[in-house]
Amino acid sequence: MIRQLFRFKGGIHPPQHKDRSTRSPIQAAWLPKQLILPLHQHIGESGEPIVAVGDHVLKGQKIARASGYVSASVHASSSGTITAIEELPIPHPSGLSASCIVIDTDGEDRWIEHGPEDIPYTEMDVSHLRNLIRTSGIVGLGGAGFPSSIKLNPAGSKIDTLILNGVECEPYITCDDMLMRERPENIIAGAKIMRHALNARQCLIAIEDNKPEAYTAMIEACKDEDIEVVQVPTLYPQGSEKQLIKVLTGKECPSNGLPFQIGIVVHNVGTAAAVHNAINLGEPLISRIVTVTGDGVAEPCNLEVLLGTPMQALLDQCGGLNSDVDRIIMGGPMMGFAMHSTEIPVIKTTNCILAATESNVTAPSDVMPCIRCGACADVCPVDLLPQQLQWYARSKEFERAQEHNLFDCIECGCCAYVCPSNIPLVHYYRYAKTEIWAQEREKEKADIARQRHEFRQSRIEREKAEKAARLAKKKAAVKKPADGEKDDKQAAIQAALDRAKAKKEAQGVEPKNIENMTPAQQKQIDDANARRQQTDTSEQES
Amino acid sequence: MLTAVLALTAIAIIFGLLLGFAAVRFKVEGDPLVDQIDAILPQTQCGQCGYPGCKPYATAIANNEADINRCPPGGETTIIALADLLGKDPIPLDAEVGEEKPKMVAIIDEETCIGCTLCIQACPVDAILGAAKQMHTIIEVECTGCELCVEPCPVDCIDMVPIKEDIFHWKWPYPEQTDEEAKL
Amino acid sequence: MIKLNTPSSPHFHGPSTVTTVMLKVMLALLPGILIYAWMFGWGVIINIVLASITALATEALMLRMRQRPVMMYLFDGSALVTAMLLALALPPLAPWWLVVIGSAFAIIFAKHLYGGLGFNPFNPAMVGYVMLLISFPREMTSWLAPLSLGEQNLSLGQSLSFVFSGSLPAGLSLDALTMATPLDSLKTELGLNKAMQEITASPIFGMLGGTGWEWINIAFLAGGLWLIHKKIISWHVPIAMLGSLALISFLFFIIKPGAYASPLFHLFSGGAILGAFFIATDPVSGATTPKGRLYFGAGVGVLTYIIRSWGGYPDAVAFSVLLMNMAAPTIDYYTRPRVFGHGGGN
Ligand code: SF4
Ligand code: SF4
Ligand code: SF4
Ligand code: SF4
Repeated sequence: MIRQLFRFKGGIHPPQHKDRSTRSPIQAAWLPKQLILPLHQHIGESGEPIVAVGDHVLKGQKIARASGYVSASVHASSSGTITAIEELPIPHPSGLSASCIVIDTDGEDRWIEHGPEDIPYTEMDVSHLRNLIRTSGIVGLGGAGFPSSIKLNPAGSKIDTLILNGVECEPYITCDDMLMRERPENIIAGAKIMRHALNARQCLIAIEDNKPEAYTAMIEACKDEDIEVVQVPTLYPQGSEKQLIKVLTGKECPSNGLPFQIGIVVHNVGTAAAVHNAINLGEPLISRIVTVTGDGVAEPCNLEVLLGTPMQALLDQCGGLNSDVDRIIMGGPMMGFAMHSTEIPVIKTTNCILAATESNVTAPSDVMPCIRCGACADVCPVDLLPQQLQWYARSKEFERAQEHNLFDCIECGCCAYVCPSNIPLVHYYRYAKTEIWAQEREKEKADIARQRHEFRQSRIEREKAEKAARLAKKKAAVKKPADGEKDDKQAAIQAALDRAKAKKEAQGVEPKNIENMTPAQQKQIDDANARRQQTDTSEQES
Repeated sequence: MLTAVLALTAIAIIFGLLLGFAAVRFKVEGDPLVDQIDAILPQTQCGQCGYPGCKPYATAIANNEADINRCPPGGETTIIALADLLGKDPIPLDAEVGEEKPKMVAIIDEETCIGCTLCIQACPVDAILGAAKQMHTIIEVECTGCELCVEPCPVDCIDMVPIKEDIFHWKWPYPEQTDEEAKL
Repeated sequence: MIKLNTPSSPHFHGPSTVTTVMLKVMLALLPGILIYAWMFGWGVIINIVLASITALATEALMLRMRQRPVMMYLFDGSALVTAMLLALALPPLAPWWLVVIGSAFAIIFAKHLYGGLGFNPFNPAMVGYVMLLISFPREMTSWLAPLSLGEQNLSLGQSLSFVFSGSLPAGLSLDALTMATPLDSLKTELGLNKAMQEITASPIFGMLGGTGWEWINIAFLAGGLWLIHKKIISWHVPIAMLGSLALISFLFFIIKPGAYASPLFHLFSGGAILGAFFIATDPVSGATTPKGRLYFGAGVGVLTYIIRSWGGYPDAVAFSVLLMNMAAPTIDYYTRPRVFGHGGGN
């Protein structure tokens, strides 16, 4: 049976450059001297460290636990000593730092005791199965890094289809391709576990037709399985979850909904293999396959890398960095982020390190004004109007941008790829998105501030009113029939003045609790008073 | 020629009527203007605009007594939003009132604080915690960065520090301008 | 330490640039231009060269005055495309100053005063053309006869001297060279209450849309289809414009064949084809959404027919395009496509 395929609108065919990294089989990366494991390698809350500096840890030992529903734990990827828990640069477009656990490896690479559970997964409680996957720290390995256990929880929806995403539509990246060629049985074993957890009716594996070897390998491995391997015509960005769903099923996932709402779950093939490791072998997620490629390195290849390995180590293993390298991209050339240094560690979502020379990437050429040619709208897979969006983003009309569905943009870069005016469209959208988020945060903060301000104002009002009431009462009480009102008033004023003076004193201009003070404290206060005198006099002078 | 002129006039009239109709038909009955303006202002309550707080400034704008470019903490974003709301053209921030600075929070040097409560009385949003003669601290998330507490402190123990940037709050910078855009 | 660049993705860019787009448009115009020149003589080429030189010079001047990078914009090709379209709309052998004024006006007023490339709300070539038509109606309507019908064939030298000094070789009068265009004569003769069959029997009407014109238009059609194939222009505007023009002229034609010309005549005469593929598709001043382009094209087609049939000017593509330019932003706003995942999809 040939499955009917659908097509999403738009898309492009950028040059592939995949063959250069598929010439040699997957090799194990060298064990680095130091591993840097960020606590935030996924979407959601950062992990929470459960080790301390100086602890000795074993390979596979959990060193940070998930700190919320959408979060993931982190495991030591080799044995060694924790030497620091500090802020270090992590893979992020900003080049900023975040909390990391640093392990100095001891070279023994000794595993913690581990192994599969005693009962087979088919007999396990599904929620226990999910929990095992969760504590193994598995997140989507395709690039987004969403905690996988959540995506294996249908939350009451009936799941019809489990899709394994082996599309890998970005140029240069071949880690899934190589995984499918070399370890199809792991993927299938993982797929069966996932399918069991979801109770899905059918399971599909989608592979683009530019990966015939992977396709054959998967077909071969699926011979006796109830899993369908589907070859889809190459088109970028087909690997994007919602686009792939459309291609395979013709269904459109609602804009701000999730696929399971339409009975579909998509997982990356690499994630499936990781699930297999976790359940059938009891190994948490401590390594992944990374494509190291680009003209910036001498020998592009795929490496099985321990998480936390600095990128520099991998570049060295691949023959070192050429001097004409222009940028180091984590991910592919269409959606990847340029790194600020090579000392940044590999994390769970690092599928590719592209050491690009200027000829690999497009040299920046002059940006011209938008000529409204509409080429961008023609290729946008989400059917947005990129030229309008960039216009609104540029003029900071964020509301209009949102009205034009800015947040449906998947940042695939198709629009910028075809734009004849070479406008950095995606950069504009990212700018606008982060700016809008910041504004929302600020708005929230402003609302709180307004409330607190209004509360304070009403409190002051109330206090004033109470005071006035008290005063009036007093006044009535001290009122003597003989004395004139004038005296009365004067007395009140005097009283108020006295009170004010007393209050001022009470307010700590002259603190009275000077007993039990250390000499240092006394000196501090004296200093403070001296400073205050100074400011007072200087104020009088000015 | 005459027909053309007549036709164009007719078209103009029709569109004019259409617009007028739309304006009446789709008129939004919303919050009173002051609240809408107040919602845009950053609520720092710093008084740099020359009014005792954001709400009074909002009232002044609504009454056409103040320009929309007098709020330094809000900066360009606020000016654009106000311009949008009021159908005016955005204008640059009035240099007289100050300039847009990175967001700050106040911190109290707890060693030096003498517990005078003067800052508490100054803080417009009750972001300072403490009682008389006790050390004070600032609730960082609630501090608006208005700097009003800095001046009254008798021992100068309040510092304004920029909010630290982290990966969760980082913003993509505005794309580099080509000279074509810079002149817009 | 190697310095690493950290721009935003995508790090790839396709081969298309503004210059390549403009070059392809010019290339697509070429067959039409050659046939035009072959039919109407050197005047066509002289027009194009004159207009191009003027446009480039004006562009450079304006860029310098507006302090923009001259080199970057001068060779983006947009000024040349404007010049070519304008030149093609002018009568061959038009006096040199007419071409120069039109071209300079288009670049200065219709393009740069609105902010240059990408910011002009109206198609510059058509603004230049309309300005000339209104200001110099006599010069703008004295068209040459196609060479196959005319009595004399001017050499390059003779053409040049006529363009620049207005002098003709001895024994040749202007009347012998010029002739009303098919659209023009259709209009005048209909005005004289002649029957359609009688009018179109005249040799200037040729097979489809007027002798000479039909071949030129077929060449432009070929160029336009190539542009669609190359994805430089989308099919929406030309199809909608020609479709609506054909439909409306067909309706009137079957109602009263004696008083209205056939759809084929409308499609293949005047600037319909050129307009549909090269002028109405100008992205800067047109609608950009797919549906919007359909409306835009249809609007141009209908307006063209109306102005041709009942308006004061013989051809109407320029006016129609400009009128629709005004409506383009509104059309765009109301024809935003349904975004992926926003209802109605499954
Ligand atoms: S592709 Fe570029 S030039 Fe064309 S409409 Fe889009 S943004 Fe404008
Ligand atoms: S980056 Fe956004 S706007 Fe551009 S093509 Fe992709 S989804 Fe569309
Ligand atoms: S300057 Fe701005 S933030 Fe400060 S009080 Fe005035 S409106 Fe509020
Ligand atoms: S703590 Fe100081 S800076 Fe912060 S809101 Fe209160 S008065 Fe303003």
